[in-house]
Amino acid sequence: MDALKLTGIRKSFGATEVLHGIDLTAKEGEFVIFVGPSGCGKSTLLRIIAGLEDASAGTVEIAGAVVNTTPPAKRGIAMVFQTYALYPHLTVKGNMSLGMKQAGAPKAEIEEHVAAASKMLGLDALLERRPAELSGGQRQRVAIGRAVVREPKLFLFDEPLSNLDAALRVNTRLEIARLHRELSATMVYVTHDQIEAMTLADRIVVMNAGRIEQIGTPMELYNRPDNLFVAGFIGSPQMNFIPAEALGGAAGETIGIRPEHMNVDLNGGELECEVVHIEQLGADTNLYLKNAQAGDLTVRLFGERYFAPGSRVFVTFDAAKRHLFDAGGRAIR
Amino acid sequence: MTTARSTLGNTIAAHAILIAYTLVALFPVFLIVINAFKSRRDIFGEPLALPTPESFTLVGFETVTRQGDFLLYFQNSFIVTVVSLAFVLLFGAMAAFALSEYRFRGNPLMALYLALGIMIPIRLGTVAILEMMVATGLVNTLTALILVYTAQGLPLSIFILSEFMRTVSDDLKNAGRIDGLSEYRIFFTLVLPLVRPAMATVAVFTMIPIWNDLWFPLILAPAETTKTVTLGAQVFIGQFVTNWNAVLAALTLAILPVLVLYLVFSRQLIRGITSGAVK
Repeated sequence: MDALKLTGIRKSFGATEVLHGIDLTAKEGEFVIFVGPSGCGKSTLLRIIAGLEDASAGTVEIAGAVVNTTPPAKRGIAMVFQTYALYPHLTVKGNMSLGMKQAGAPKAEIEEHVAAASKMLGLDALLERRPAELSGGQRQRVAIGRAVVREPKLFLFDEPLSNLDAALRVNTRLEIARLHRELSATMVYVTHDQIEAMTLADRIVVMNAGRIEQIGTPMELYNRPDNLFVAGFIGSPQMNFIPAEALGGAAGETIGIRPEHMNVDLNGGELECEVVHIEQLGADTNLYLKNAQAGDLTVRLFGERYFAPGSRVFVTFDAAKRHLFDAGGRAIR
Repeated sequence: MTTARSTLGNTIAAHAILIAYTLVALFPVFLIVINAFKSRRDIFGEPLALPTPESFTLVGFETVTRQGDFLLYFQNSFIVTVVSLAFVLLFGAMAAFALSEYRFRGNPLMALYLALGIMIPIRLGTVAILEMMVATGLVNTLTALILVYTAQGLPLSIFILSEFMRTVSDDLKNAGRIDGLSEYRIFFTLVLPLVRPAMATVAVFTMIPIWNDLWFPLILAPAETTKTVTLGAQVFIGQFVTNWNAVLAALTLAILPVLVLYLVFSRQLIRGITSGAVK
């Protein structure tokens, strides 16, 4: 049985259609991440799954039941929001127990669930505090705890890490990954950050302009992108796109090569380039190059390397790691 | 005190302007209060002098308490003000929530319609209102005043509150929906506490004109049992003789309740005015 099944989901606001027919299934226990640039419809899709927004067409099934007309509270879901959305007038404990209380669960059971969730997330010391007395990281842990308490069939995360600073983001990411392992629950997660998507997901759904561009495991998307958009969106620094003509290929086609699959040589190679800028990060060195035919290129070298800006170098490609795209941007395999 | 952001001169100038404004604003109130405690001759002889042992008298207050039923007038004013205020805040907030929260056909038109009252003075409709009250038998009841004041206060209240409600986080309301709170619980327990400063602002702006109004009590409820304080004070103003002691005493007493209400709301009010500017 699929934990989540979307069939032909469309959504329009007035005359503008923001989702153009989304089909998707998530298996029991799977961690699915929607990723895409802002305005691609990923948050709207999540809100449709949650029942906070009605789809203009299509069906949403959660655990085998069509829930199109079921109110959010009865869908067996829990949601974690970007802005934490804790109830300011309730304590941490009150925040965590409200959902079950509303559903009419017996008091002892609520206590038990809150205690378990609080232990899992290390919130025991904070239970009597109010949200205003918590730091950002603590608030997001409470928000996650509030979701865990309800033991939902489906967890929904709406950019939960976006409001945290870089160090906390990594910690909370690990926390969410651990939670997924321990609860083996189905999770749907929305982010615009491809690193979060790559590190957490079992399967990534890349969206653009209201359409699904590609669905696959992180490594499938990295190694075999279906089109130029996915190739450019997944991977950092971004994949280099070179007109095939510059390398003696057919006109109109594009060759894609990731910065980490290129190397530089001082004596000879496929393309002669000028060094524009160099970024030394310690473990890696990013080299920004310019070539008259191929345009701007980024090369990621491992370890400490140095090339003076303005000097000339030759670029070599790892031939096996080349991607070829046709004039319409589809991958040629 | 010269710091990076202010110089001594600027600080003095700013305070001088503010103090001058405060004096100007408080002067009429001050004048009413000091003269209420003076004899008639001294009121006209030296209107700006403070009451001295020779000029001090409570005759005005005695007249007020003896003539007419001022306790009843106060009670009437209080009932009308508090009930109208409660209705304005409750219905205003509910309408504002609906306008800011839900997408429905005609929402902008409805918002415009509800805010139109800000630009059209309700007094233009006095004749029609009076006819309506006569037809429904509400003349000389406090209900008539409460209905009119509620209608008068709603446009501004809806306009201000809907702007504020737009700033309440969507995520919070959605979290409530997912936890199974009804729209009413979301409105009363999540949204209202967050717009409390705005509510206080609306309360003050609504309350003062109602308390001070003479027009509608005079037209809709001039009976002895439904007189408000402002109308009650008019009995001392005659065409030929005005009992200034009594008028000033009545006004002094009339200032007190509204002052108390203002103090109750003012702490919230300051937050309301500055919110948005500083987070």
